[in-house]
Order: sequence, then structure tokens, then C-alpha cells
Amino acid sequence: MRPMPLISVKEGSCVQIKRIDAGEGLTKRLTDIGLVPKAELIVISNPKNGPFIISIKGSRFVLGYGIAQKIIVT
Amino acid sequence: MNTITIALAGNPNSGKTTIFNKLTNAHQHVGNYPGVTVEIKEGLFKHRDHEIKVVDLPGTYSLTPYSPDEIVAKNFIVEEKPHLVVNIIDSSNLERNLYLTVQLKEMGIPLILVFNMSDEAQAKGYRFDIEKFSHFFNAPVVETIGHKGKGIEELKDVIIALCLKKNIHKDPDIIIINYGEELEEEIEKIKKIIEKHHTKDKLDSRWLAIKLLEGDNHIKDKLDFIEIHKQIEESISRIKRLTGEHPEIVIAEKRYGFISGLCQMAVQSTIEVRHTISDKIDRIMTNRIFGIPIFLGLMYLVFKLTFTLGEIPMGWIETFFKWLGDISGSLWSVNSESLLKSLIVDVIIGGVGNVLVFLPNILFLFFAISILEDSGYMARAAFIMDRFMNKIGLHGKSFIPMLIGFGCSVPAIMATRTLENRKDRLVTMLVIPLMSCGARLPIYTLIIPAFFPKHLFAPMLWTIYLIGIILAVLLAKILSITYFKGDATHFILELPPYRMPTLKGIFLHMWQRGWFYLKRAGTIIFAVSILLWLMSSFPDLPNEKKEYFENKRQTIELSTLSEKEKMEGLKSIDSEEKEQRLLNSISGKIGKIIEPIIKPMGFDWKIGTALIGAFAAKEVFVAQLGIVYSLGGSEDISESLRERLKKDYTPLIGFSIMLFCLISMPCMATVAITARESGSWSYAATQLLGLTLIGYIITSTVFQVCRFLGLGMM
Repeated sequence: MRPMPLISVKEGSCVQIKRIDAGEGLTKRLTDIGLVPKAELIVISNPKNGPFIISIKGSRFVLGYGIAQKIIVT
Repeated sequence: MNTITIALAGNPNSGKTTIFNKLTNAHQHVGNYPGVTVEIKEGLFKHRDHEIKVVDLPGTYSLTPYSPDEIVAKNFIVEEKPHLVVNIIDSSNLERNLYLTVQLKEMGIPLILVFNMSDEAQAKGYRFDIEKFSHFFNAPVVETIGHKGKGIEELKDVIIALCLKKNIHKDPDIIIINYGEELEEEIEKIKKIIEKHHTKDKLDSRWLAIKLLEGDNHIKDKLDFIEIHKQIEESISRIKRLTGEHPEIVIAEKRYGFISGLCQMAVQSTIEVRHTISDKIDRIMTNRIFGIPIFLGLMYLVFKLTFTLGEIPMGWIETFFKWLGDISGSLWSVNSESLLKSLIVDVIIGGVGNVLVFLPNILFLFFAISILEDSGYMARAAFIMDRFMNKIGLHGKSFIPMLIGFGCSVPAIMATRTLENRKDRLVTMLVIPLMSCGARLPIYTLIIPAFFPKHLFAPMLWTIYLIGIILAVLLAKILSITYFKGDATHFILELPPYRMPTLKGIFLHMWQRGWFYLKRAGTIIFAVSILLWLMSSFPDLPNEKKEYFENKRQTIELSTLSEKEKMEGLKSIDSEEKEQRLLNSISGKIGKIIEPIIKPMGFDWKIGTALIGAFAAKEVFVAQLGIVYSLGGSEDISESLRERLKKDYTPLIGFSIMLFCLISMPCMATVAITARESGSWSYAATQLLGLTLIGYIITSTVFQVCRFLGLGMM
């Protein structure tokens, strides 16, 4: 699969993080919850106008759209 | 008996605090560590002849130097050097929790791993190879179910056993994680230089090297050698060149990689859970169409519960304090004008009682909030509110502290800790006092029935609450456009699975917050009430004045008026004398001085004296007003006070009083906690002065405009 922003990933897909295009503060916060390069996650919900929810290492998180755009996955 | 000190570390929501409570029972207090704005709880427990001091570190996901919680947790371990660290792990979220574990292990401090919430892990279908984990981390592993107390005794045994082990000190040669060729090379280089210069602290040099590569400034300051700093810079650029990433990122990657590999070997998952029940529930709860109505419905229920169910125990407390007042009053002779009697019956029993009457309401509010929190719904609520909150410059998570603020501002401001962004936190703290807290209820319930007809009681109350909310929204919006603009907030919110809250947990959380309201009653309000009473009673009238009034009384007694007219005459002389006495007292003088300032709001010096006390705690306002109108004895103070107020003032003034008290002068406790949580007294001062000024301007404007329009003048 070609690298794409997380926001474009279909519901139910399992993807791996390639890189994170964010500043220090955000990157650090994402690291805290396990979102680092090579980590795997599942997109639980990605509706047109609703919460963007992912599952990583067994936990669920709601991510702002801005953030989901900065995470590049394959 | 030796005293051992241990620290509890773990993720937020890992059940750490529950275990802390179970270990220490009731023997805990907030510790005093210099320069620390984050709360650290300490407790004690005795087990088999040993005394163990337990320190509950703030919940953190890792030990990087980016947030106050993490810095405090790490520094505690480094500076205070506890004998061992007990790492509480939510075993139903193992991989994420182990991220902290790995960092703790690298510190070289003796560790005990507690696989908590093992019932939930089991429900998720996980089976752990405890031996493997224990071996990999070279630490004992204890499985527990914190909220049921299972495994706690075993944990105590393990703690003692580990402390007594002869070679309890770290094993510096165990390398937990291989960070890859490029990093390991640099780590070795840095290690050598550290070992050359720095031998006093027993801190593991490998750990120090890793910390330096991560960019930890605290460690960097500790190892203030030019050689080290130079090497760090070189190493970081070298690693960036070779791997294309900052060492911090590589380190994080490797850690997770290690954890992942370990879990693959040591964890079995028998149930493949894709769509858990929570997901299904969330389809409805966070649904675009249903989410908000459900949320509003729940909020309505919360407030209905608070105000209606609260009435019953309210009645009991009211009756109790009345009884108490009567009993105490009867200790003096019936018409005694004793100062002491007035102090005890009116000020202490009446004043404090007035405050405690609202305790049930507040407890019910916190009860409802605890249910929502413990069940996991609050995270969804924060998400639902986020869109709206963002528009006014706040974060979705600001919503929960503001909700708590309807009970008491103190726990509300403490609840802003969940906001990671400092700007969000500060703005939220600033507007929380606008959520009409329990302290204003005595004022509202005194004034509304005094000036407005019965059918307007509820609407007026709701109006006042609504005004507070609207002002909060406006203020937040203005602040975010002006003073705090620019900061974009990242929205990352964890959605814990829904869980059935335990009654015990709910009551504990309810009580933890309600306690602040109660404490204020017992301390600040009590003390301030007495102080104000003193200020209002002394200095007494000079003797000539007293004689003057005595003469007037004599005149009436000896006159030829009817009994009835005599009674009335004496009464009016009494109240005249009381007013003079008040004017002569300290608080009366202050009231007179500020009278010109508060006149634009429609207030006179009498209201002024009551406002003095309100600065410390709003509840005191009512008691002080009672003193001003000098109502003593066992009469029903509220009724008579309302009548007097109605006689002296107009509904518009009554409304102005409520408006001013709503907006201005956050109480002493609020200002103090704001200073503590924001880490700056100047910010707390801004809150105090800012809100008071805004209150003054708005109230004056409303009063003047309405008076001009002839509204509410009756």
C-alpha cells in the first residue's frame, strides 16, 4: 500500500505508521500513546462527520482530523 | 522497625490510586516536596514489623521531560531514591503500559511489576506468561484486581521480601533493550565520559546516557561538563545523519519494538475482539444525530437529580441546625442580648448551618458526575462537547471541570489537570468561578424569594445560572482571541471501554470532591464568620451615645402613649441604636468608605459590609447581612431578613446583588487553588481582580440602565 495520511484509511483497516509530520510537542504526545514509526494500528471509525477512532495496542483513541492528517501510514 | 520508602508509578487510569488507597487505608496525606506544583500523596502501612512509606507518584505514560507530572515523577525517583518502585500496570492494556515500565527498568531501580485489572485482561482473553515477564524485567510480578483488593496482601509480602534481599541494588550489566548499532555506539561513548567525571550519585550511567540522547535538560544540568555536552551534540547529529531521525524517536521506536516482541512471546490472546460491546454502544452515544440529544438529556438528569433529590436531606439538615440553635439559645435567658449568644447561635450555628444545608445538593452533583466518569461516558461527553468548546476557545476536556464547578470551584480547578495544553488549562481556570458554585446558593435562595413572586422562583434561578454560563462562554472566547491566541490544541482523547461503575468507587470519588466544600465550611467560613462578627461588634458605641438612647427610651416609657405605641417606639429606638452601633464598628466604617464605590450598582453601606465577608467566602454574605439587620434570638432569620430586605431594597437591587456575587470575587479558597494549580500567584490575582472588575462594570451598567428604564423598581 502506498504511504497515505491516516485520515484517508478505510474503516477496519490495519496499517503501519511510516512517519509523523508534526512538531515536537505533538510528536511527543503521540509517542506517549504508542504512535511511533513502525507501530501498527487499526482504524475503528472514520465517518464523514464523526469521531475518528483508532485502536492501538488494545486502547481506543479519538484523534482530531488535523492529527490524523499528519500521520503517514502504509 | 525499619522505615522503607517505596514509590508507586504507573499510567493514569491504571488503578494506581486505588491500590495506593488499599495499601495505606486511611493513613495518607499530601506530601511536601519543594518546588513541586503537582500533588504527591504519601501514606503509610505496617506489615510484619516493617513500616512502609508509600509515595503515590503522578500518573504518567513515560518519563520524558515534557510535562510537569513526568518531571515530578522522574525527579522523585532520582532525588529521593526510594528503596523500590512498584509499577502499577493496567494489564488489559499491557503494551502501552509497558512503555513506562521499560523506562523505569532502565533507571536501574529495583522494580515490582503489578499486573493490575487482571480480571479485565482475562475478560479480553489475555493469558500472561508471568515467568517470562519476571525474567525479562528481572522483577517480581504480582497479579492484582485493585478495586476488589485481590492480590494486595501478596503485594505487601513481595515488597517486604524485595527490600530485605541482600543485593537489592541494581544490576548495571543487564541491558534491557538494544537500541541498534548507531545508538549503542554513541551510548558507549557518552557512558565512558560520564563514568570519568561523575561518580558520586549511584545513577546508572547507561541510563544517564540514554536520557541525554533523549534531550533531558534536567539530567543535562546535573552533568554540567563541557566534554559531556559536546559529545551529546556530536552524537545527536551523527544519529540524525545515519538514521534520518532524532535519537528520541529511534529510542521510542526501539522500546515499542522490544515490548511488541516480548508480548508476542509472553502473551496469548484467546479472544479476537474487534467490535467490543463498547464500540457498539458508542455507535449510538457518539452518533452525529443522537449524540448531542443524549448528552443534553443526561445533563438535564444530572441537574434534576441534584436539585430535587437534594431537597430531602436538605430539610433534615435545616431542621437539625434549627434545633441546635434553639438548644444553644436556651442556655441564655430568653431575651438576653448577650454578645456571646449572638456569636454562637447566629454566626456559628446559623452561618455554618446555612452552608452545610447545601451539602446534599453538591454531593448529589458529584455523585452523578462520578457515575458518568467511572462508567467511561465522560470521555465521550468531552468529545461531543469538543466541537462547541473549540468555537469558544476551550477544549472538550474543559467541560468536565466546568461541570464540577457547579458544585465547588476548588475540585473543579483541580480537575483541569486533565487538560494537557497549558493555555486551555489557564482559560478554563479563569472561567470556572462563573459557574454558580454551591456557595452562591445561600445568596440566591435568600434574595429570590424576598423579591420575586413564587412562580418566578425557578425561572429566576435558572436565569442566574444561565447568565453565568453565557458570561463564561463570552469570556473564554474573548480571552482566546486576545491574550491567549494562537495556540492550536491537539485533540487526542482516550476512549476507555465502558465499564460498570462500582458503588464504592462512585462514593469514593464523590466524597473526594465533596470534601473540599465541607472543609471550606469547617475552616474558612467558620473563621471568617467569627472575624466579621468581631469586626461588626467592635468598637462598641461610646458611652455618651448609649446614654442618649437610654434617655430616649426613658422618655417613651414615661410618656402617655398607649402600650402598643410604646412597644413600637422602643422597637424603633432599638433598631436605630443597632444601626448606630454597626456604623461605629470596623466593618460598618469600611462599609461607609466603600459606599460611594458600590453606589453605581445600587448598593448601600449595609450591603457593603456584607460584601467584605463575601471576599473570603460567598456564604458569609448572608450571615453578615443577618448581623447588619441585627436579627438575634431564635427567630427564623431567613424569613425576617427577607422581609427587611424587601422593605429596604427593590427587586432591581436584589438582582444586582446576585449578579455581582455571581461574577465577582472568587472566594479565598478558589484564588489559592488557582495559584497553586497555575503555578503563579499573579495569575490568581488576575482571576480575582479581573472577575471583580468585570462584575462591577456589568452590574453597574445593568443597574443604571434598568433604573433608567424603570425596570424592577417595584
